[in-house]
Amino acid sequence: MKKTLGTLAGVAAIALSAHASAETTLTIATVNNGDMIRMQKLTDDFTSKNPDIKLNWVTLEENVLRQKVTTDIATKGGQFDVLTIGTYEVPIWAKKGWLVPLDKLEADATYDAGDIMPAIRTAVSYDKKLYAAPFYGESSMIMYRTDLFKKAGLTMPEKPTWDFIRDAAAKITDKAHETYGICLRGKAGWGENIALITTVANAFGARWFNEEWKPEFDGPEWKNALSFYVDMMKNSGPPGASANGFNENLALFNAGKCGMWIDATVAASFVTNPKDSKVAADVGFAHAPCEVTCKGANWLWAWNLAIPAGSQKTEAAEKFIGWATSKDYLALVASKEGWANVPPGTRTSLYENADYLTAAPFALPTLDAINSADPVDSTAKPKPYVGVQFAAIPEFQGIGTTVGQQFSAALAGSSTVDQALEQAQQSTLREMTKAGYIK
Amino acid sequence: MAVYSVRRQVTMTILAWIVGLAIFFPILWMVLTSFKTELDAFSTPPQFLFFHWTLENYAEVQERSHYFHHALNSIILSFGSTLVALLFAIPAAWGMAFSPTKRTRSTLLWMLSTKMMPPVGVLVPIYLIFRDLGMLDSRFGLIMVLFLGNLPIVVWMLYTYFKEIPRDILEAARMDGATIGKEIIYILAPMAIPGIASTVLLNVILAWNEAFWTLNLTTSEAAPLTTFIASYSSPEGLFWAKLSAASTLAIAPIMVLGWFSQKQLVRGLTFGAVK
Repeated sequence: MKKTLGTLAGVAAIALSAHASAETTLTIATVNNGDMIRMQKLTDDFTSKNPDIKLNWVTLEENVLRQKVTTDIATKGGQFDVLTIGTYEVPIWAKKGWLVPLDKLEADATYDAGDIMPAIRTAVSYDKKLYAAPFYGESSMIMYRTDLFKKAGLTMPEKPTWDFIRDAAAKITDKAHETYGICLRGKAGWGENIALITTVANAFGARWFNEEWKPEFDGPEWKNALSFYVDMMKNSGPPGASANGFNENLALFNAGKCGMWIDATVAASFVTNPKDSKVAADVGFAHAPCEVTCKGANWLWAWNLAIPAGSQKTEAAEKFIGWATSKDYLALVASKEGWANVPPGTRTSLYENADYLTAAPFALPTLDAINSADPVDSTAKPKPYVGVQFAAIPEFQGIGTTVGQQFSAALAGSSTVDQALEQAQQSTLREMTKAGYIK
Repeated sequence: MAVYSVRRQVTMTILAWIVGLAIFFPILWMVLTSFKTELDAFSTPPQFLFFHWTLENYAEVQERSHYFHHALNSIILSFGSTLVALLFAIPAAWGMAFSPTKRTRSTLLWMLSTKMMPPVGVLVPIYLIFRDLGMLDSRFGLIMVLFLGNLPIVVWMLYTYFKEIPRDILEAARMDGATIGKEIIYILAPMAIPGIASTVLLNVILAWNEAFWTLNLTTSEAAPLTTFIASYSSPEGLFWAKLSAASTLAIAPIMVLGWFSQKQLVRGLTFGAVK
């Protein structure tokens, strides 16, 4: 009897230990935004299909996440198995060997990597290999108040110029009733005002660096672009615009205080949601403004899922990424939350889906914006860097934030446009020389 | 003279209330925002009391996060690091207060100088040490970091309190045959209790609010309330109301602790050991 019990206990122990060793826990680092939070709520679908994989979420604010994930990956800390990273990081980290290429996923016919939008696929590839899978993608476009345009006798062209936008903004502005013609980002930061101002500068024919990596803030294109932006915001923008980022402008637009807002296409679902927006029924969309060129007039960004080189669970991680960025996931979100809430901007097939096109009035302008953004060819003159609203080099975060502070000061009125450009030129030249780009 | 005195008292009372309300206002605003919808939270002009009150932010925070897990970690880390700090700081402060040498002052200044370095300067070396010792995302590792980070302040505070205890009392105890252990336990400790209590409270609050190491060295298992709050800030999307609800929940325990111990805290911070 004792022997039987002992054997049974042994078998049970072996079974339990086998079960314990079979279970894999993936730690996923992600940002706090609507689409990511929705994914966390829907993970039961993944875990029911993969009972041996447990998911552990670490949700953080974008800048905190960037610092933490960079520290972990640079030191090979191995705290994370799946990372949420932007299109800025993918080529830089892939080049350093910090990311695992998603070869299996790319070759998987059911995953259908060929369905990923070409511009986005280019942005998340390095050396023709996929290093991250896009979870949602975005570009920038104009969101405008159709009722205010009608009242002012204006018609938004399909591809407006910045001159038209300036004139329309001046016409709509009614400061006595707190209606401002245009709301744009002014808050300093490489991902804040620099993203927007770089697209303005691209449209005005400017570029960050010439072919020898020398900054070009001392050229006439940058002066025209920055002067235009500052003058227009001073005349037709809201007070305190130098402190406004995406969220502040979203709140202003939703409260009916902006005639136009040029920002991320992902905002379209927020401004047309009657629960959050007072002007949901009166919003129109148009291509981001061009000026001397349309190249680089609208940015390109995607949040992507990638596997750090330090992870020991690459197989399970790739399985999870395959689930979260698949066509089936889009259908799952649609079945639970409606087509208007599926993560946009990654798969071509979504924009061929009649249900999605009906539910999301912003779908086609978003598709048009993403397809027209080219990270490689985004300036009128040739450039040595990749990226529309950023230059995909490790130094850009620091340089962009410093320049952003100078531009924000010009908008706030604490320095002139000339002073801001001169300081931007000096600081960027210094950093690029120090980093070895300029000999 | 009496009229002047009453007028002065009234003026001081009003002034104290104004200063008190000014200090309290951000907390009040955060609590009010936690009961607003996201649209109301961003509205201009801001709405003070007449808005649509809702509990939906608290419901969402509860649904999305494991509040009690993070709260328990905060309690363990703040009290754990404080207790370890006391174990080291009491003998150190005792030694420097009652047996000073010519280098005591420099030692104290050197200890404090470690607080002057920005933590990010040692992030990578500490991270590497933690990685190699397997202490990333562990409560023990964080207790060590928080204890070492706050140790200079604890030593300084205790040293200040101990220094005010007359040496004659200790000498009298020694004359009566008290050993060093008995001297600390029966003479020094009872007299320094208000000081030790306020040091403990302040250190607990500092450890509770520490947001650099707790964010960088944890992921989930050892993550305290600072990571819980950080998960509600978003670059794209309205989040103020939810962030306020998360912050209100995060500061609630420490506010309660502060409320019940304010008498000891104020006494310890404003009076010496024997006054």
